[in-house]
Amino acid sequence: MNLIKRILGIVWIGLGIGAGIYLIYFQAVPLWAKGGNDLVPAIIYTFVLAPLISIGMSLFGYYAFQGEFDKI
Amino acid sequence: MQTKKQSLAYIISASSVGTLIEWYDFYIFGSLATVLSTKFFPTDNPTAAFLNTLATFAAGFVVRPFGALVFGRLGDLIGRKYTFMVTLMLMGGATFAIGLIPSYATIGAWAPILVLTLRLLQGLALGGEYGGAATYVAEHAPPERRGFFTSWIQTTATLGLVISLAVIMLTRASLSKDAFDDYGWRIPFLVSIVMVLVSLLIRKNMEESPMFEQAKAEGKISKNPLKESFGNKLNLKYVLLALFGATMGQGLVWYTGQFYAQTFLLKICNLDDIQTNTILVIGLLLGTPLFIFFGALSDKIGRKGIMMAGMIIAVFSYRPIFDQMYKTVDVSHKTVVPGSEKMVLSGKTTTVSKEFTDGSSYKNIITEVSTEKTESKITIKINKTDQWALIGYVFCLISFVTMAYGPIAAFLVEMFPTKIRYTSMSLPYHIGNGVFGGLMPAIATFLVSNANAAGTLEKPYLEGLNYPIALISVCVVIGIIYIKSDKKASL
Repeated sequence: MNLIKRILGIVWIGLGIGAGIYLIYFQAVPLWAKGGNDLVPAIIYTFVLAPLISIGMSLFGYYAFQGEFDKI
Repeated sequence: MQTKKQSLAYIISASSVGTLIEWYDFYIFGSLATVLSTKFFPTDNPTAAFLNTLATFAAGFVVRPFGALVFGRLGDLIGRKYTFMVTLMLMGGATFAIGLIPSYATIGAWAPILVLTLRLLQGLALGGEYGGAATYVAEHAPPERRGFFTSWIQTTATLGLVISLAVIMLTRASLSKDAFDDYGWRIPFLVSIVMVLVSLLIRKNMEESPMFEQAKAEGKISKNPLKESFGNKLNLKYVLLALFGATMGQGLVWYTGQFYAQTFLLKICNLDDIQTNTILVIGLLLGTPLFIFFGALSDKIGRKGIMMAGMIIAVFSYRPIFDQMYKTVDVSHKTVVPGSEKMVLSGKTTTVSKEFTDGSSYKNIITEVSTEKTESKITIKINKTDQWALIGYVFCLISFVTMAYGPIAAFLVEMFPTKIRYTSMSLPYHIGNGVFGGLMPAIATFLVSNANAAGTLEKPYLEGLNYPIALISVCVVIGIIYIKSDKKASL
């Protein structure tokens, strides 16, 4: 089980980075270009969800990969 | 033993009433958003309209984690009781003040600035309240019944929404439409101050949490709760686990079931607003006892299994349930009563109406905004049988909420030590619920409107569910693999 937890740590790091890139480049950038009311979701994607998911999930994955959750 | 039981009942009542009022205060803003936008924001100014949208949908939610940090720190430094007295006063004051702000027509740009500022204060207060109430009750409760006692706090958010809808419906019913639009919308905000004062009087007589008092007497209070909570890897890993393995999924289950269901019926199905609110209120009231049931059950079989089961069932049932809700309201497959179809022209407005053989009706008010642009407002009313079917679907959604949300307070307080509990549990709770959950209805509605505009999908109205389904699925995998199954944990 501990090995699975550690291997999945890499998955969470990848997922965090991938989600951040997806949210900014594929969701937020086109909305920034459109402007108007689309700025609301653009701001949410860029400044709230993308950093939260990418940094938080990557850090969680890093801890999992380091074995911090082995004894939980 | 009898004294202890009475004491616990008092503690739970006093804590729950205050939290319930804070939820009421927070929700009336959202429930009256349409009226507020006409009072505080100029409709012809796009910048102010943008500010309006931001204030209504995002600001109050996004600021909640900051409230968790500010008041969580205070709660771990000076005590739980004083901190959630402060949050209650802040929330009550901000809500009352919203009811007093002059309109945009009177004070111009100050109106949207003031309303946004007060909305931010509401979010900050709520960010500090919940963690304090949950921690306070949990620290009084016996370990073997902690899930049951804290589940009373869990009912307050749902009941706060029900009361806010009920007060608004009652005010609307008591006044003419013009009177409500003129001054009546202020009443639900102003009434709040009475409830807050009563709650403050009740809370004033409460004693400090025994665990906090003991830690204080032994000199074990944290000197810097923020640093100990988030600057220390040993605790930060639990904060991240609580967020990604529990509160993110739980928050999304909650907001999808309780709020997106309302948005979906109103904006995507175009169901009549009174019927929507009636369906929601009945569904919520029927589902509320399940918070207590699952909270108590978590004392017997553990918290994790119930929360994960609620999230898994939600992931697999969302699309079929929302699909059925849409089909129940959709009139495209219904038979029109011969001769019922009418079209009335009045100035720049055209009203198209028709009735159907099953008792439902359709009305579309088309207004010519400019020579190239028209606005359409569709309202569908359904028959009683279909209304009960929708109540059944909403009840199902709420029952998933109760599984995921009922045991979460006990689960979170058991993850962190007394000296940094308030701070540590509040942040993942408010990121999961305030940010991931709170923004869900707005993001999902945006995804549906994009799918409608693209016009390539068979069921574009279900596209909004992709956001909660994806994140809840990740949360379930993390929760199942990394969270230890435990019950009756000591604090």
